[in-house]
Amino acid sequence: MTLAIRCSNLTKRYDGRPPVDAVRGLDLAVEDGECFGLLGPNGAGKTTTIEILEGLLQATSGEVELLGMRWGRDDYNIRQRIGISLQETKLAEKLQVRETLSLFRSFYDQGLEPAEAMEKVSLGEKARTWVGKLSGGQRQRLAVACALVGDPDLLFLDEPTTGLDPGSRRELWEIIRDFGRRGRTVLLTTHYMDEAERLCDRVAIVDQGRVIALGTPRELIASLGGEHVIEFTVAADPDTRLQCSELESLPSVETARREADHLSLSVGHPHLALPALLAHLESRQLELASLNTRHASLEDVFVRLAGRSLDAEATPA
Amino acid sequence: MKQSANTPRRGWGQGPLVQIMLSRLREFYREPEAVFWAYGFPLIMTVALGVAFRNQTDQPIAVDVDSSVASAAQSVEETLTKTPRFQVRLNALEECRVRLRMGRTDLVVIPRADSAGGYDYWFDPARPESRLARSAIDDALQRAAGRQDPLATADREMVEPGGRYIDFLVPGLVAIGLMAGGLWGIGFVTVDMRIRKLLKRLLATPMRKSNFLLGIMLSRLVFMIPEVIFLLVFARLAFGVIIQGSVLAVAFLVVLGAFAFAGIGLLVASRAKTVEAVSGLMNLVMLPMWILSGTFFSSDRFPDAAQPFIRALPLTQLLTAMRAVMLEGAPLLSQWPNIAALAAWGGISFLLALRLFRWQ
Repeated sequence: MTLAIRCSNLTKRYDGRPPVDAVRGLDLAVEDGECFGLLGPNGAGKTTTIEILEGLLQATSGEVELLGMRWGRDDYNIRQRIGISLQETKLAEKLQVRETLSLFRSFYDQGLEPAEAMEKVSLGEKARTWVGKLSGGQRQRLAVACALVGDPDLLFLDEPTTGLDPGSRRELWEIIRDFGRRGRTVLLTTHYMDEAERLCDRVAIVDQGRVIALGTPRELIASLGGEHVIEFTVAADPDTRLQCSELESLPSVETARREADHLSLSVGHPHLALPALLAHLESRQLELASLNTRHASLEDVFVRLAGRSLDAEATPA
Repeated sequence: MKQSANTPRRGWGQGPLVQIMLSRLREFYREPEAVFWAYGFPLIMTVALGVAFRNQTDQPIAVDVDSSVASAAQSVEETLTKTPRFQVRLNALEECRVRLRMGRTDLVVIPRADSAGGYDYWFDPARPESRLARSAIDDALQRAAGRQDPLATADREMVEPGGRYIDFLVPGLVAIGLMAGGLWGIGFVTVDMRIRKLLKRLLATPMRKSNFLLGIMLSRLVFMIPEVIFLLVFARLAFGVIIQGSVLAVAFLVVLGAFAFAGIGLLVASRAKTVEAVSGLMNLVMLPMWILSGTFFSSDRFPDAAQPFIRALPLTQLLTAMRAVMLEGAPLLSQWPNIAALAAWGGISFLLALRLFRWQ
């Protein structure tokens, strides 16, 4: 497999008081034809990383190679072969959809006709609508169409579905999958774990400017030890606090951790673990206040590795 | 991997430069306010200035007469009202003073109370119409008192088109229109695109930066053409302002001027991150030209020491060349130093802007 993106030991420091290290030694190898996700909380360094890869930001140090080419040497040729959708692309409000795509198309040596690009993102009926009159989801689709109009080999999408309603998100996922089916490479950033799970062949979980886990969503979830999660709370009883160690000795429970307001067990087989848990609580004379079981997600992987949830802002180290 | 079937040969209209220009033109014409300010404002200014400075041969002269010596005041009034141009009012001295100070009257005549008679003239030497009133009224009163002029004189008036103030003014308005349009039009648009991160999005494409900057400049140039034609046709119809020289020469100067100021506009806007910053910079650039370049009066009135600086300003160069061609019918080639200087302003500004331009 050849690599579409390779970067090694990437760092980015923003000068200031104090200086901020947004990216601290990040390595990536994205294979040709895969859909690769950078997953992490806000402030993890995802956008900085993707903009360095896109050649829009200068890295403080490190190497980047796209499609076998390097920024600073082959800029024009790289740009001809990549498509970019920025986080919040603001396009000219008073241009029509078709006019916007004609403008973007004019920069590429080869690519799609504007009509084809509109078709791909289902904006054909909006061809003569002003960009300013489009809904949020339609604008985002147009932003992706602008990235697709040069018929790129490599597509960068920064938070493509942030702020969109569920319907618009699914439409965009379908557009991205369709692009991937034609053997092209996608690198996207997201802080939605479901997006990464559904869309990405492989995911790098990023936190505080580093990759803290890398693999297929399935592998990452499997690395938790159990593919199921049992979350429960007990009626308060300060004298007999449950110990994680006693819970981990229950059958099929891989790990146990105390979170803010509940206890969370990573479990291989719920049908073994659940009866044992209930019996254990009974023997400790604790009353179950709530109980919930579900499949493990990438969120659980992040929580395990980072010690906090994805929704929380990254705390500066 | 690419499907060549997707890429039929594309016509010139699909090229990047044309597309960038088309986008800018469309955005502009879809903004009614922008169209009004670009095209309506210079026209309103021409009308206002044309009316204010229309031929002033029979402008009335306002005279106040101090009424404290009633009989003398009445005889002055009687004498002066024979000339319809004089608008005479009798007022108490204090009232006269206030009216002179506010510019409501041009001159105050104060009859002397002593037996020898005679008058004191009270006027504002800094106001041309006040000085004019002093000499006109003095003439009228002296003649009425029996003065004989020793020499025979007769007046001939210069009213021929090309020599009036409005003729002087119109090339100036065209030139400042090109300056303001080039600077404001380009400055605001580029800073706005920078703020909205549109420039960053374009930077993420293989677009050539020179194409973008050239496209912005050329689109501005295209906007300016109707504005100038409008203004010239209007000045012709309303005030009879005619072009003495070749229309092609004027067209060439208009295009060159638009190019020079568009280039300067790009340079001014090349680094600014906010609308406030770019406004300040543009005022800084335009103010000396508004004042010094001789739009409203000849720049010869400034001291000799300032002349080399004034001549170095692009607005001066454009104005000089435009007036030479429009008013004197001078051939274009006679203006080559101004033409070369304007081309240099535009070209050097463009190249500097290309190097300095901040894309995000």
